[in-house]
Amino acid sequence: MTPHGQSFGEIWVYLSTSPLLGLTLTLLAYQGAVWINQRCGGHPLANPVLLAVISLVLLLWATGTPYGTYFDGAQFVHFLLGPATVALAIPLYAQFDRLKRMAGPLLVALLAGSLTAALTAVLLGKLLGASDATLISLAPKSVTTPIAMGIAERLGGLPSLTAVLVILTGILGAVGAQWLYALMKCRDPAVQGFAMGVASHGIGTARAFQIGEQAGAFSALAMGLNGLLTAVLLPMLLPRLMEWLR
Amino acid sequence: MLKAITLLLLFQLAGEAIALFFALPIPGPVIGMGLLFATLALRGGPSPELRHTAQNLLQHLSLLFVPAGVGVMLHIQRIADEWLPIVVALIASTFAAIIVTSLVLRVLHVREEKRA
Repeated sequence: MTPHGQSFGEIWVYLSTSPLLGLTLTLLAYQGAVWINQRCGGHPLANPVLLAVISLVLLLWATGTPYGTYFDGAQFVHFLLGPATVALAIPLYAQFDRLKRMAGPLLVALLAGSLTAALTAVLLGKLLGASDATLISLAPKSVTTPIAMGIAERLGGLPSLTAVLVILTGILGAVGAQWLYALMKCRDPAVQGFAMGVASHGIGTARAFQIGEQAGAFSALAMGLNGLLTAVLLPMLLPRLMEWLR
Repeated sequence: MLKAITLLLLFQLAGEAIALFFALPIPGPVIGMGLLFATLALRGGPSPELRHTAQNLLQHLSLLFVPAGVGVMLHIQRIADEWLPIVVALIASTFAAIIVTSLVLRVLHVREEKRA
C-alpha cells in the first residue's frame, strides 16, 4: 500500500543516483567482509578489502551501476585516506627509539626491497608479453595509491589501472606475508611489519596492525619511506629500463 | 575528537600546500605525516585525545581502500587481455619484495645486535 508512493523501480532510480547508496553499500560490504573474516578466524585469504571489493563489483555489475555513480558516494570514505595517512605519524612516534637504533639496516633493507618490487614486476611482465602501458602502470605498484598514481601518470602509464594494481598488490602482501614468514621462520614483529610496508603499502600496514602495534608502526614507516624513495628513484630508472627492454 | 581531526586535516593541508608549492612528486598526506611526526618528536608525544582518535581511524584503515579497489571494474578488459603477465608479475614481485626486505633487515640487524 503506497497511497502517494512511487513504484519500487522509481525509488531505485532515485536512490541509485544519490551518494547515500554508494556510501552505505561500502560500509555494509566492509562490515560484512570483516564479519566473514572473523568467522574464518582471521584467515589472511578472507581479506576484508578483497571480500568487500568482490561483493561490491558483483553488485554494481548486476545492477548495471557505473563506477562513477558508486564513487559519488564512496568518495567520502576514500577522502579519509588523507587524514589516516597523517595519523600514521602517531604509532610511528611510539616506536621512535627502536627506529633510531635500527636506522642503518632499515634504510638498506628499504632500498633492496623497493628495487626488488619494481624491477621484478617490470621484468616478469615484459617476459610474459605485457604492453608498455601495463608495464609502466605495474612499476610503482608497491607504494601507496596516491604516490603510485602520480608516478604512473608522469611516466606515461594509466593512473587508474595503477590504483587497481596497487590494491591487488596490497591484498597479495597481506594474504601472503604470514605464510612467507612461517616458511622463513621470521618472528620479529618489527622485521615482519617493515617488509609488509615496503612490499604492500597501506593494506599491508592494516594487516600488520593486526599482528600488533609494533609491526604496524614499522609497516607505516616502511610505507612512507618507500613512497618517498620510489617517487624519487622510479622516474630516473624506469625510462632507461624501458629503453633497454625494447 | 573534533580537535584531533582538525589537527590531522591541518597537517594534511600543510602537506598538500608544500607539495604543490615545491612541485614535489610526493603526495601531501605523506608530507603531512612527516610534519606531524617531527612535531611529536619536538613536543614529546601526542595528547591522549590525538592518540585515541588516530587509533580509531587506523583501526579501519582497510575500509578506506575499498572505493579505489572497486575501480577494478573499469579495467576488467585489459586485465582479461593481459592476465598472465599481470598475475605473475604481481604475485612474484610482491613476495620477492617481502622476502628480500625481511632477509636483508634480519641479517643486518642481527649483525648489529651482536656487535652491540
